[in-house]
Amino acid sequence: MNLVLRETGLAFRRAPLLSALSITTIAFSLFVFGLFGLVAVNIERAIGSVAERVEVVAYLKRGTPIETLALAQADIEAFPEVESVEHVTEEQALARARRDLTEFQDIFQDLEVNPLPSSFDVRLKPPFRDAAHVTEVAHRLQSFAFVDDVRYGRDWVEKLDRLRDIAGAVGSVVGAAFALVAIIIIGTTIRMAVLQRAREIAIMRLVGATDSFIRLPFLLEGLVKGLLGGLVALGLSAGAWALINQALLRASFFTPAQAAIGVAAGGLLGLAGSALSVGRHLRSV
Amino acid sequence: MIKFTDVTKEYPKTGAALKNASFHIKKGEFAFLTGHSGAGKSTALRLVYLADRPTSGEVRVSGFATARLAAGDVPRLRRRLGIVFQDFQLLEDRTAEENVAFTLEVTRARRTTIGPRVMRVLTQVGLAGKAGQYPRELSGGEQQRVAIARALVNDPVVLLADEPTGNLDERATRGIFQLLRDINASGTAVLMATHDLDLVRSLPGAHLIELQTGEVVYDSAGDAPAAEEAP
Repeated sequence: MNLVLRETGLAFRRAPLLSALSITTIAFSLFVFGLFGLVAVNIERAIGSVAERVEVVAYLKRGTPIETLALAQADIEAFPEVESVEHVTEEQALARARRDLTEFQDIFQDLEVNPLPSSFDVRLKPPFRDAAHVTEVAHRLQSFAFVDDVRYGRDWVEKLDRLRDIAGAVGSVVGAAFALVAIIIIGTTIRMAVLQRAREIAIMRLVGATDSFIRLPFLLEGLVKGLLGGLVALGLSAGAWALINQALLRASFFTPAQAAIGVAAGGLLGLAGSALSVGRHLRSV
Repeated sequence: MIKFTDVTKEYPKTGAALKNASFHIKKGEFAFLTGHSGAGKSTALRLVYLADRPTSGEVRVSGFATARLAAGDVPRLRRRLGIVFQDFQLLEDRTAEENVAFTLEVTRARRTTIGPRVMRVLTQVGLAGKAGQYPRELSGGEQQRVAIARALVNDPVVLLADEPTGNLDERATRGIFQLLRDINASGTAVLMATHDLDLVRSLPGAHLIELQTGEVVYDSAGDAPAAEEAP
């Protein structure tokens, strides 16, 4: 192991320019991917925050016994899609209307009877905030005898779905293209490092080194270059994010977990690129 | 110890480089493979150290039947061979000492033994005083001595030398040749490919195999197929 570490260190010391160049290349190709990631993360969050407003409201028939409602509320809360159920009484509904619909203040002032029904306001868990699940939950709510009507803004939810589909499709295609470009660039960079040491590999083989022994320092080198490239790319992305925040709009950055996954992915790409390049080289000589 | 039986090697682009070659080099021998360039000398050596495998026929090296040898066992065979080339094949960014030690390191020799073993072979080739020098600081003859030291450090059963004096002036050639003879005298077999007939003549007792366009046309040991078929 000592020798492998020493040989890896030697590779960086002997060809510092090539090493720096390949780390920079890896960093920039990951940076482009990182920028795309930032856009994706922000679109995802924007859609998520809109989707938070997805709500199914079941209006309840007057005179339904409170015990029935309490039992039903527990049932509905047990639906796998449901995050929370809020029972809004008639009085609460009126208070809310008075607060939210100030332009109808006069009408609400003159009321003798509260015309507003009580309701269950049902919020869904994030993965279920799409038209299919919302409709499904609405149908189930409708089947309760004490439910008068169910509203959930069908058109709006469908539009949100469509937006999500488009973002998902564009994201996958563009993301895959960027990832592919990054993989090709990283693979080529590492192949250059392998070719630069072709003579050394040939001599190692002639004196009886096993292929796995020859491979190890290259794998380690690829991993280290990938990780360093990933870290530099993360730094560049943070810089770009700070600039965008200052000059254009408030955007969110990667969570620490996403950032760690990004850097680890750099390392993994370096490792895979090395494994492929060295493997190909060893098979061809 | 090295036995070729009806060995043919064909390359897709250039055709047959060896045709039904048979010869046998015994333990401790000094053997020459001679012939013009393109006669198949290097090909024969490549088959010995398994840079290539024969198209047909059998090559046996130190008990290994190379045709059936798994790729994973090739390094095991190579550790029993020492190989020297015309162009030395030294790593330019390592000192003489490091070039020799490299062989032991990649074959995972015990660390404590590496230093003494390296110095022993460098002394044997007459370069103990230049252990810390880089190849570019050494003459051609000295570089070849480093390459020979590297080939010797694993105590090979046979030293394969492919035109080892091809890039050297006459004086250096004599020196290297004497070194190979000394190595042979201490018990290591030497198989040397060369087209330098002066060298061949200077060692009359050596085993001589002559190749012409891939065929063995003369074998001083007399056990070439043609000789065997003779009454």
